[in-house]
Amino acid sequence: MSDFIVEAKGVTKVLGRGAAQVHALKDINLSLRGGELTVLMGPSGSGKTTLLSILGCILTPTSGTVRVCGRATQGADAEALAKLRRDHVGFVFQSYHLFPTLTAAENIQLALDIRGAHGEDARAKSRDALEKVGLAHKAASYPQELSGGEQQRVAIARAIVSNPSAIFADEPTAVLDTRNGQAIMSILAEIAKDPAHGVLVVTHDSRMTSLADRVIHIEDGRLVRHERGSADAAKMQTITRAGRRS
Amino acid sequence: MPLNLTLASRNLFHDRLRFVATTIGIVFSVVLVMVQMGLYLGFGRMVTTVIAHTSADLWVMRHGTKCFEDPSLLSANKQTRVAATTGVAEAIPLVIGFSGWILPSGEITPVFVVGSDLQTLKPWNVTEGTVQALSTPGAVAVDRSYFERLGVSGIGSKANIRGLPVSVAAVTDGIRSFTTTPYVFSDLSQARAYIGIPSTMASYFLVKLRPGADLEHVRHDLQASLPDSEVLTPAEFRERSRSYWLFGTGAGTALFAGAILGIIVGMVIVAQTLYSSTKDHLDEFATLRAMGSSNGYIYSVIIYQALLNAVIGFGLATLIGFAVVEFTRSGALPVLITPMLILAILVLTVVMCIAAALAAIFRVVRIDPVMAFTR
Repeated sequence: MSDFIVEAKGVTKVLGRGAAQVHALKDINLSLRGGELTVLMGPSGSGKTTLLSILGCILTPTSGTVRVCGRATQGADAEALAKLRRDHVGFVFQSYHLFPTLTAAENIQLALDIRGAHGEDARAKSRDALEKVGLAHKAASYPQELSGGEQQRVAIARAIVSNPSAIFADEPTAVLDTRNGQAIMSILAEIAKDPAHGVLVVTHDSRMTSLADRVIHIEDGRLVRHERGSADAAKMQTITRAGRRS
Repeated sequence: MPLNLTLASRNLFHDRLRFVATTIGIVFSVVLVMVQMGLYLGFGRMVTTVIAHTSADLWVMRHGTKCFEDPSLLSANKQTRVAATTGVAEAIPLVIGFSGWILPSGEITPVFVVGSDLQTLKPWNVTEGTVQALSTPGAVAVDRSYFERLGVSGIGSKANIRGLPVSVAAVTDGIRSFTTTPYVFSDLSQARAYIGIPSTMASYFLVKLRPGADLEHVRHDLQASLPDSEVLTPAEFRERSRSYWLFGTGAGTALFAGAILGIIVGMVIVAQTLYSSTKDHLDEFATLRAMGSSNGYIYSVIIYQALLNAVIGFGLATLIGFAVVEFTRSGALPVLITPMLILAILVLTVVMCIAAALAAIFRVVRIDPVMAFTR
């Protein structure tokens, strides 16, 4: 049994056919642990979103294996992949993708509703999730009544409300100003402190790496560099200092 | 309320113009189906109304009689044979036929004369005068709705039928003929004179059974002794008359064709609007799919939308349907909406809307959750 929440081995992905064929990912080996915030960086077209889609069980690799909480995605059909996502994955999208006709609380409840959780229990969990992102007072607001930062916080609450093991965020700060971007990253980093959650954030904003435990760079479909993030370095320093004192 | 129903209703009411257009389409379709089927039922009831108001156990008629208004005649001497059959209590002759009603102005208008013993078949819904008064020579019963046509104003009004003087002795309310020819009720012997049927002939024999007699047994015996006649139960005769007028003449087929047209129009409208609504919300459905929603959950949102459309459209259409019933109540052909018809149309509307949702569902089946990352 692996300790990893998500584990990818030798993953390649070929998109398109014939002359239009593109090798979007080449021999990717990557794992996500619980209690860790991993940032995936790379230029446009480097394969970030394709990798996120494969790790998040939306796509299956052309070759190689992906296991999510020990379950392989290989050979799974669309419904089986959807079930894997339901059971283990939460997504935060760049454009929030909140439902405009539902309130903030209902948007969050929807993530529970598709998992078969309804009623007062679902409403209570939705309120808790909103509280975690500091928007309990906006429960009855519709998305269009919220700022971009607030909408993204609701989207994060929606991603975590079902307590998934893996949380994937696709450019969650891309359309936000620096202050809101930092706030969103802080919330994601806070979520990643829980060993039950592994968080992977795709971004091209290097300022966001300050809160990461690991930073992975992807170029032309290959992982080219793994770095320990500032947060991990800080954690290591704290551990070292504590060791010296003892 | 389940959240998928909430989402469906909010999506439905969010685009008000589309919602109004869809509702109008459904209402138009359902009203069309309801009125066509209401006319079918109303017509079916109207063509059998006299049979339905006759208290006979069996009807004896000439072989091949197509409907109540069929002018075929039986020999009156068969009455003795019918009455002598074991189990028969009474065999009452009934005569029917068209004749000419001569107004005091001299103008002639056709009437349909019905003459019997005034017991087994008598005019109903009598609002003025009495059925007993029809035993007096020249006494007839007419319906209030035909007063103007017949040139009469009520009890005591005079006219002529085939040169014989008649006087209105009873007035009914609501006995209307689908042929628009007024019914004139009288006793048997006078009716024969008004129509010109000799006393040796009759249109039908109305058979009443003795208490405890077996209907099928009596019918079998009657049929055996009257080879050139037919013996039908009231239900069979009603069905034969209804079938003749509705399908022998093509009237029923035309009404059904109208109803089918209504269903097609409704389906096309609902399918188009649901499809375009689904296309407008594809991003949302892709997001749901990316979040891990099953296809079934997404279908439930679309089907709830279709059902809401169906229920709202049906509700409004039923109100309009009842208004049409009221409006046609005293007309030549009243629309009849029964509880069974309402239930059938509700089921039809729901099926129609769900079938119309299939196009939208087929579109959503092909949805790619990756869309959530690319938009």
